[in-house]
Amino acid sequence: MTRESASERPMLEIRNLHATAGGVPILKGIDLVIRAGEVHAIMGPNGSGKSTLANVLAGKPGYAVTAGEVLFEGRDLTALAPEARAREGIFLAFQYPVEIPGVSNMYFLKQAANAVRAHRGMEELDAMEFLSLAREKMKLVEMSEALMSRAINEGFSGGEKKRNEILQMAVLEPRLAVLDETDSGLDIDALRIVANGVNALRGPARALLVITHYQRLLDFIVPDRVHVLSGGRIVKSGGKELAHELEAKGYGWIEKEAAA
Amino acid sequence: MSDASPERHWTESFAALEARAGEPAWLEAARKAAIARFAELGFPTRRHEEWKYTNAARIAKPRWRPAAEASVTPAALASLGLPLAEGPHLVFVNGRFAPALSSRDGLEPGVTAASIRSMLASEPERLEPHLARTAPFEDRAFAALAAAFATDGAFVSVPSDLALARPLFIVFLAVPGAQPSAAHPRLLVLAERGSRALVVELYAALGDGAQLTNALGEVVVGENASVEHLKLQLEGAGATHLAHFHTRVERDGRFQSHLVSLGAALARHDVVGTLAGAGAACALHGLYVAVDGQHVDNRTTVDHGAPHGTSREHYKGILAGRSHGIFSGKVIVRRDAQKTDAQQKNDNLLLSGEAEVDSKPQLEIEADDVRCSHGSTIGQLDEDALFYLRARGLDPREASGMLTRAFAAQITSAIPSAALRERIEGEVLARVSGAAGRAA
Repeated sequence: MTRESASERPMLEIRNLHATAGGVPILKGIDLVIRAGEVHAIMGPNGSGKSTLANVLAGKPGYAVTAGEVLFEGRDLTALAPEARAREGIFLAFQYPVEIPGVSNMYFLKQAANAVRAHRGMEELDAMEFLSLAREKMKLVEMSEALMSRAINEGFSGGEKKRNEILQMAVLEPRLAVLDETDSGLDIDALRIVANGVNALRGPARALLVITHYQRLLDFIVPDRVHVLSGGRIVKSGGKELAHELEAKGYGWIEKEAAA
Repeated sequence: MSDASPERHWTESFAALEARAGEPAWLEAARKAAIARFAELGFPTRRHEEWKYTNAARIAKPRWRPAAEASVTPAALASLGLPLAEGPHLVFVNGRFAPALSSRDGLEPGVTAASIRSMLASEPERLEPHLARTAPFEDRAFAALAAAFATDGAFVSVPSDLALARPLFIVFLAVPGAQPSAAHPRLLVLAERGSRALVVELYAALGDGAQLTNALGEVVVGENASVEHLKLQLEGAGATHLAHFHTRVERDGRFQSHLVSLGAALARHDVVGTLAGAGAACALHGLYVAVDGQHVDNRTTVDHGAPHGTSREHYKGILAGRSHGIFSGKVIVRRDAQKTDAQQKNDNLLLSGEAEVDSKPQLEIEADDVRCSHGSTIGQLDEDALFYLRARGLDPREASGMLTRAFAAQITSAIPSAALRERIEGEVLARVSGAAGRAA
């Protein structure tokens, strides 16, 4: 099943990925390889398929892979249920984190952490152990205890919701984190806090896929590679300077170039 | 077996009801009036609007025998895991008081908590003004049966300005026999002016045999008194549970009910709150859970008869498997009940495509200066929330359990006993996930 040794094997390999959202074809042949330790950014205009790619990676119901393959550490990801992907180490930071009244944020995070730990053969944390872990991670994103005792995202501001996503990421310690427009709706201070949290989690064993419409976030989370998604395909890839070029010139020239 | 009508079965049983011997004349008269009314009414059919969704023939058909005397050991009672150590408790087995399982420890002096049967022998005059006076049976055949047949139950009286420090538990245990057996337990609570009490009524069964509980409860909340009532119906798959519960709230009195119905084969709760005095307040909270083929029918009436009354009603239902849940709530605001503030809400969560729910909130408003609102919802677990939880590693069963518990939390979080709250949350999850497991 493994075709290469662990050291050379990419963390994520996407080949000729075609996918539909609610039956509508959105992704039309994506190729992307991400290795451990790398940070890739996906940019693109609205409707280009950025969020569809994020949802396909996380396994959201309603999104179907119609052709191509997605390998996570050499294994077919598309065969796994969303919870299995999470336990294997894939994390999606949601563009729109869901409000769930009646479920305590702290309790939820503890259950999630223990589900992931159990899968990894680690001992489950009791309430006190979890509390001290959570407190340490809360500092990363300047999260208050008050938010932890509230229901999941209920009544949270936009910035609080995004910080909560990054807190979850910090606690669950994924290998591949997909950040879906984590910068949307954030003011500059909130953006800085979120980005600091993300940067603290960068490391040689972890890869990040940062999806964004704007280059602004990439000033804080500096990518190794930038890809431009348009019409469901990656039409251009480059280094971090590509993001600046896009910021200066807009997406129009890329789309024209791709059409040519 | 005779081919007599189901009604005849009951009228004949009444003639043979031995427990009536030696009772005061007024009670005998009340019983006779009740059985006569029952004979006139007969069992309801689907043509009765009130019984449109519940097939009363299912209840009428079995030849119920009076539940036999049964003994229950303290260990068997303890096995039910009820937090009776939290307060004084009166335990009844198959409708009869069980002194050996009961305790009055911790009850304040001046408070009466006794079996109705013993009160009838010693101080019948204290019961006469109230027993079967608050709960009318003119239009309710099963309430009439309960009034005719009830031979025991709990009497609670809290004197003026006294506050019970602990919850008072009234436990009705059913021990089903080989034949379908019936008990008609009764509860009468008198909270005098300015008093405060929390009364917890628990219904449980030791065994899954066919058993009918046909309960009649009456609570009188005196002027400026405050009564909180928690009812937990925990009987099992063999139970038919009928309950008529009537409260009258006097001037500036407050009544808060938490009704938790965790599923019998068939359960029907008929709750009536009458705001009889100005400034009275009544809150009815309900949580009903039915799984597999269970049927639960909630019928509530809030009757505003005096000005400046407040009522808050919120019933939530969780229906799984092929279950059927019904909420039919009526808020009546009478001509004199100006400045009434009434809210009524019913929310239902369907956990399977085969579960069915009928929700019928109704307002009848005769006064003109009032604030009233009502609404009802029927929905499923939120797909986005489920995905969010799964995307963090929770399996679908745990995720749906978490969301189901959250749905119930609006009702359970107000339950005034941590032990019972946890017990109820645990039972809800066990029933719902058990149903999901059987369906899978």
